[in-house]
Amino acid sequence: MDVYGLMAEFMEATDLLEAAQQAHDSGYVHMDAFSPFPIEGLSPLMGLRHTRLARVVLGGGLVGLVVGLGMQYYATVIDYPINVGGRPLASWPSYVPVTFEIIILFAAVATVLGMLALTGLPMPYHPVFNVAAFKEATSDRFFLLIEAKDSQFDLEKTRAFLQELDPVDVHVVEP
Amino acid sequence: METTPQEKPPVMGKNYSYASITEKISALVLRQGTPRGWLFGFGLAFALVMVLMTAVGYLLLVGVGIWGINMPVGWGFAITNFVWWIGIGHAGTLISAILLLMRQEWRTSINRFAEAMTLFAVACAALFPLIHLGRPWFFYWFIPYPNTLGMWPQWRSPLIWDFFAVMTYGLVSLMFWYVGLIPDLATVRDRAQRRFTKVTFGILAMGWRGSARHWHFYEQCYFLVAALATPLVISVHSIVGLDFAVSLIPGWHTTITPPFFVAGAILSGFAMVLTIAIPLRKFYHLEDLITQRHLDNMAKIMIVTGLLVTYGYLNDIFMAWYSGNEFEAFLVKNRFLGPYAPWYYLMLACNVLGTQLLWLKPLRRNVVVLFVISLVVNLGMWLERFIIVVVSLHRDYLPSSWGIFVATGWDYATLIGTLGLFAALLFLFIRFLPVVSMAEMRELVAESKPEEAAVGISRQRELTMEIEE
Repeated sequence: MDVYGLMAEFMEATDLLEAAQQAHDSGYVHMDAFSPFPIEGLSPLMGLRHTRLARVVLGGGLVGLVVGLGMQYYATVIDYPINVGGRPLASWPSYVPVTFEIIILFAAVATVLGMLALTGLPMPYHPVFNVAAFKEATSDRFFLLIEAKDSQFDLEKTRAFLQELDPVDVHVVEP
Repeated sequence: METTPQEKPPVMGKNYSYASITEKISALVLRQGTPRGWLFGFGLAFALVMVLMTAVGYLLLVGVGIWGINMPVGWGFAITNFVWWIGIGHAGTLISAILLLMRQEWRTSINRFAEAMTLFAVACAALFPLIHLGRPWFFYWFIPYPNTLGMWPQWRSPLIWDFFAVMTYGLVSLMFWYVGLIPDLATVRDRAQRRFTKVTFGILAMGWRGSARHWHFYEQCYFLVAALATPLVISVHSIVGLDFAVSLIPGWHTTITPPFFVAGAILSGFAMVLTIAIPLRKFYHLEDLITQRHLDNMAKIMIVTGLLVTYGYLNDIFMAWYSGNEFEAFLVKNRFLGPYAPWYYLMLACNVLGTQLLWLKPLRRNVVVLFVISLVVNLGMWLERFIIVVVSLHRDYLPSSWGIFVATGWDYATLIGTLGLFAALLFLFIRFLPVVSMAEMRELVAESKPEEAAVGISRQRELTMEIEE
């Protein structure tokens, strides 16, 4: 495969949204949109659902709960019990602050690592960076990429399709 | 996409485009050469960092005896400074997390440096309990690691809770700040001319492309971490409050301590945000990004938290009488008439009068007055921590064990040194990282184009209808 995909360049967020909608309706699946800020309504067109990261957070928090409570229980009841005036060894109210902090810490770390895993970052190389104009994608340009691996992809037909969307330019993305 | 009637002053100047936002903010990082004012400010701050290094170096050599602490006042400046610094950090998290969840758009231009302020304040704060340990090189005994001593940390002690709270707070604040920075790091990467800058920011941006997938998970992550940081920030100063409340010292052993500490933390934090924001917008010409409305809103938050703190002071007095506890009653008398009384009156003047002056619109709208009041409140909040620590400790139950605390030069050197550390880190941040979130500002630009957005949507509807037909 000598081409990674085709990328259309737009001036406005609304143009990109419109183009993505058209591409979606035309049956393209392997595509991506690039913008200098998040655009509402783009995610469903790219086939992205929203529940996965929330589960990661819950998982991290639950692990934190078990680790936090378990560690303190093990330390104060099993490994190093100290009888202080006959008070109960498993004095759970005093475990609450540390357990809470560990829950938050584990959940936050899980969220950030989960985000990195789901976005595929860090990724030092990506073909879209081969397009010279792409450096404006982090400032004021909007791009729609249709990847060559899409079953409907055909260099000429897809190019014609993208041209119809009234872009500033259509770029060929080298792999 | 409804647009509310614009009665309030705008959160940013008009005539900004995506590109001009990028240009203005990334230029602060990418400009060649360093402004002379920056060099002067950083030089001054760095000199104070050297003072801190000297003070801490001498402390490690000789011990905590170089400070004014004694029995009964074992906590002195170190814990005063710790509580003060960690409180300052709280406004950063409040602005970045709580106001984000409440969809307060005006937070956008100030959240980045407020978060940086949080990090640096936590760094300054974390120093104090460590150097106050007596043998700071054993600080890792706080950490529950497998050790040949067969020992565990004391899980029932608020000091261990505090260690976990501050550690979690520092790490979560760092992650939140870094995640927020990623899109802007990519912007700087793409605009950098020099290879070194490109590579450095390229590594930091981790290959961010701004793709829909990136934004999708990035936004979720940002909101989720904000949702985690919100209870965290409340818990941190509550736990700091518990350091005091769990003890039996008069004036500390009350249930109001944790929420009272949180209110004070937010007050001192917003005072510090204003102390930084006012010169920053002036010297870097950011007046139309950090607008009068931002300053006004922050001043109003200071009025509210000032009232909460005032309620705390009144409650102390009321409870001293209502509880019928003679030691509590003595504490209040000692605050008003004892050896530290002038500082107590100064504190009341700073925190009660100082904040309530902001009800007057001409004062609130005057940038110079607001700056002075922010300094006054910073001082007042420091004094509050000092009063809580020292006045309670120096005369507790047994008159034979009363004493007096007099700060030494080393006490002041350490305090001033951390101010220098804080300022030096801020100067480095302002020079090398984007001080305002460009991605979020672009969102504001996009939202301020209602006509284009509306056109886009109607066109989109037409198109989908055509396709359906």
